[in-house]
Amino acid sequence: MTTTTDYERNMILSSQEYNVVGTRPIRHDGADKVTGRALYGADFDTAGLLHGKVLRSPHAHANIVSIDTSAAEALPGVMAVVTFADFPQVSDGTVDFGEEITTVHDLQSNILARHKVLYKGHAVAAVAATNAHIAEEAVKLIDVEYETLPSVMTVQDAMVDGAPILHESMRTNELGATVDDKPSNVAQHFQHVKGDIDAGFGEADVIVEREFNTVTVHQGYIEPHAASAFWNTDGRLHIWCSTQGAFPARDATAEVLRLPVSQVRVTPMEIGGGFGGKIPVYLEPVAAMLSKKSGRAVKLVMSRADVFEASGPTCGSNMKVKIGAKHDGTITAMQSYLAFEAGAYAGSPVGAGAQCVFAAYDVENAVIDGYDVVVNKPKTAAYRAPGAPNAAFACEQAVDELAIKLGMDPIDLRLKNASVEGTRRPDGTVFPRIGCVEVLEAMKNHPHYSAPLGENQGRGVAIGYWFNVGFESAVNIAVNADGTITLVEGSTDIGGSRASIAMQAAEVLGIPAESVRPSVVDTDSVGFTAVTGGSRTTYATGWAAYDAAMDVKQKMIERAATIWDVDVDSIEMENGVLQSASDPELNMSFSDLAAQMGGTGGPIVGTASRNAGGMGVGGGSFAGNIVDVEVDPATGKTEVARFTVVQDAGKAIHPSYVEGQMQGGSVQGIGWALNEEYYMTDDGTMANSTLLDYRMPTSLDLPMIDTVIVEVPSDHPFGVRGVGEANIVPPTPAIANAIHSATNIRMERLPMSPVAIMEETWKQS
Amino acid sequence: MPGKTYVQTRINGEPVDFLAEPRQSLLECLRDVIGLTGSKEGCNDGNCGACTVEMDGRIVTSCLVLGVEAEGSDITTIEGIAEGSELHPVQQAFLENAALQCGICTPGFIVATKALLDHNPDPTEHEIRFWLANNLCRCTGYDKIVRAVQDAASRMQEASA
Ligand code: FES
Ligand code: FES
Repeated sequence: MTTTTDYERNMILSSQEYNVVGTRPIRHDGADKVTGRALYGADFDTAGLLHGKVLRSPHAHANIVSIDTSAAEALPGVMAVVTFADFPQVSDGTVDFGEEITTVHDLQSNILARHKVLYKGHAVAAVAATNAHIAEEAVKLIDVEYETLPSVMTVQDAMVDGAPILHESMRTNELGATVDDKPSNVAQHFQHVKGDIDAGFGEADVIVEREFNTVTVHQGYIEPHAASAFWNTDGRLHIWCSTQGAFPARDATAEVLRLPVSQVRVTPMEIGGGFGGKIPVYLEPVAAMLSKKSGRAVKLVMSRADVFEASGPTCGSNMKVKIGAKHDGTITAMQSYLAFEAGAYAGSPVGAGAQCVFAAYDVENAVIDGYDVVVNKPKTAAYRAPGAPNAAFACEQAVDELAIKLGMDPIDLRLKNASVEGTRRPDGTVFPRIGCVEVLEAMKNHPHYSAPLGENQGRGVAIGYWFNVGFESAVNIAVNADGTITLVEGSTDIGGSRASIAMQAAEVLGIPAESVRPSVVDTDSVGFTAVTGGSRTTYATGWAAYDAAMDVKQKMIERAATIWDVDVDSIEMENGVLQSASDPELNMSFSDLAAQMGGTGGPIVGTASRNAGGMGVGGGSFAGNIVDVEVDPATGKTEVARFTVVQDAGKAIHPSYVEGQMQGGSVQGIGWALNEEYYMTDDGTMANSTLLDYRMPTSLDLPMIDTVIVEVPSDHPFGVRGVGEANIVPPTPAIANAIHSATNIRMERLPMSPVAIMEETWKQS
Repeated sequence: MPGKTYVQTRINGEPVDFLAEPRQSLLECLRDVIGLTGSKEGCNDGNCGACTVEMDGRIVTSCLVLGVEAEGSDITTIEGIAEGSELHPVQQAFLENAALQCGICTPGFIVATKALLDHNPDPTEHEIRFWLANNLCRCTGYDKIVRAVQDAASRMQEASA
């Protein structure tokens, strides 16, 4: 497979130029990461460290009759064993992880099962021993008696009357109230209504209607979860872990253990990928309790099978979409039914899916029904734009079908109905300035869109939306005497955010990116900072860095005024040079002043904190794809021949890492589209819990992923829009539409594996 | 508890001897016994490539080699790729091309890339993709990794010309 390169690749449709913002410096943590020196979750070590192992349920659904740990405790080398009984009774409150909220009760039972296991892999007990192999032997000696129960694996099965019930206490929250006092697997049914849906369909000349199904997939980060804990004799608990948010991990651990947050300190290790899956805690409280019982530091690391079976994947779903339009392409009504798997505890991403499903369309009449359904699978966690890719798989295929029926170009149809500033989504949100039209136009103008196709090839397009989340961030800056600054922040760096945050401070102060030393620190060392997730880090922590740098700038101006004995208002600082307006002779560089700080009033420090708002601040980001596939008619195997991703970045702070997000999200979407699935057996076992059988894309499966960065500025000082997530939304429908274009087969399910494509082909013939 | 075996190797150019339990993998010995944590565990069954090291001139997934099997062998890990305080051109190319995001896969990719370019100084895009197909990266989509390898190849060819 070769990639066409007869045009400009990786274009940037730029809004405004800056000195540092928009350049491509080497990331500050780069040297450690290419030499093997960077320390990740499992690399933690300390004197007397014990190694732990978690015993997991072999059943998808069972009552725990008894647990006998005595044989494990007696094994030489075993220092502690814990079960649910060791944990305190928790409050009825909730834990807010940023991208997901869960009850403390559910969180604690997910960490170690209480009376009942709800999925294969559910943690039941844990051991700490002098080495990992002894711990492994010890968990096998724990005798658990189960009473197995029938299990339920899909939303369709879970929603029927008489389905096995996971939680006897669960009642459906039906449009805001409990109307039926009967146990149910449906945690919630909500509805968004805009306009008059019947009138909308009444006006339509053409209507398309389809049902789609998707299955469970995993984020697939290469680093398994790892957490170490030491519960000190003074009662303070110290945790070292791989997490997307040290503060949310601290708060969740404190809730589960009923400790004040000030008793827990979390030091984030480097993190080897997360994509949403390392927002929740799984191991931290268990390692803590093992440490408390043993008096030693304890490390827990998941195996790859544990990661698949016991950390949160994203949901399978059952969806129906109906869209009506006039002959001229005006969409008059859009309706969807979204039923998403939550996994074992309530909280699927159906809420976000419902907000995103029609976000790209300015439609008068719409109804969206969402159902949050529990099944006997691991509790889902966020995965890059959680809920939106499922919804887009349904909506964007229906729109493609509509374009075909109307005889319209699929991008023109989308442009005709595109959301703009002022569009009210069916969920009620009114968009501020957004880049939906600009993304579609960039797609239409791209040379890829008009390039010729080969034999057995087809082309598909799709667009997708994801929010920008705000939330809290704090940043401290100290000026060094050598003209550099140290920047302290609380956002764990998964993909180059130290650089993108440092560059914003450098821009304000007029110094090179290399003159900033950014550090991600522990929860005792900076103000509360929410998760690295929700496409918020470069936006919100970057904004806090901007504010902290402005604080430094103001203090430098004040210091210069003192030194020169002139009015503060008469001094300007531009491009790192302080200049007095009253006397042109009076000027000095950032470094000149930095060198004099000590004797002229002491160190200069700046600090800022910000709550950048909730979900949807800044308008969020649209991403679109143009995809060419080649489908082998004999085997159904689909190759991605060419792939272009267009995304609104607002302003790309470090374009290389923006492109990286776009390319990485696209390839996760390609894997989701073509290969990835939890292959579940009838008894609720995942049959493919290895990286050989859970087939993520390799370098050999892919072409180059071409990018176009569109810059429609947001309300952020540099116009940034978070770019981490929207890029995973359009690939599954764009590929499905391309497969349809190549084969005339409409794929209503994921993954679109060779088997699935051949089955659909045989159905047609 | 089974007895431990005395193993003598050269690692990153220096003689290293250690005691290995028969059940310990080379990866485990490197990380937990010797303290070289640059090689990463992503799967422990040979399918992710994060633990890739060079052993007697061949790249291996060290999770599939037993520690005791390393007796007498010459091993290069990620910690031995840089030449003193100078980064190897492959490392430099990975940095300049932004070929890493989280970086957990990076040690394996760099070891594998160096071995590729030692064997084949001017690989095609397809040859690069084929050689690196045992190394999974979930963050980058491989585009910038392939470009970094191409860039490293031209740097090394220039340096040797
Ligand atoms: S850990 Fe060795 S190949 Fe994955
Ligand atoms: S950079 Fe994260 S897995 Fe490759």
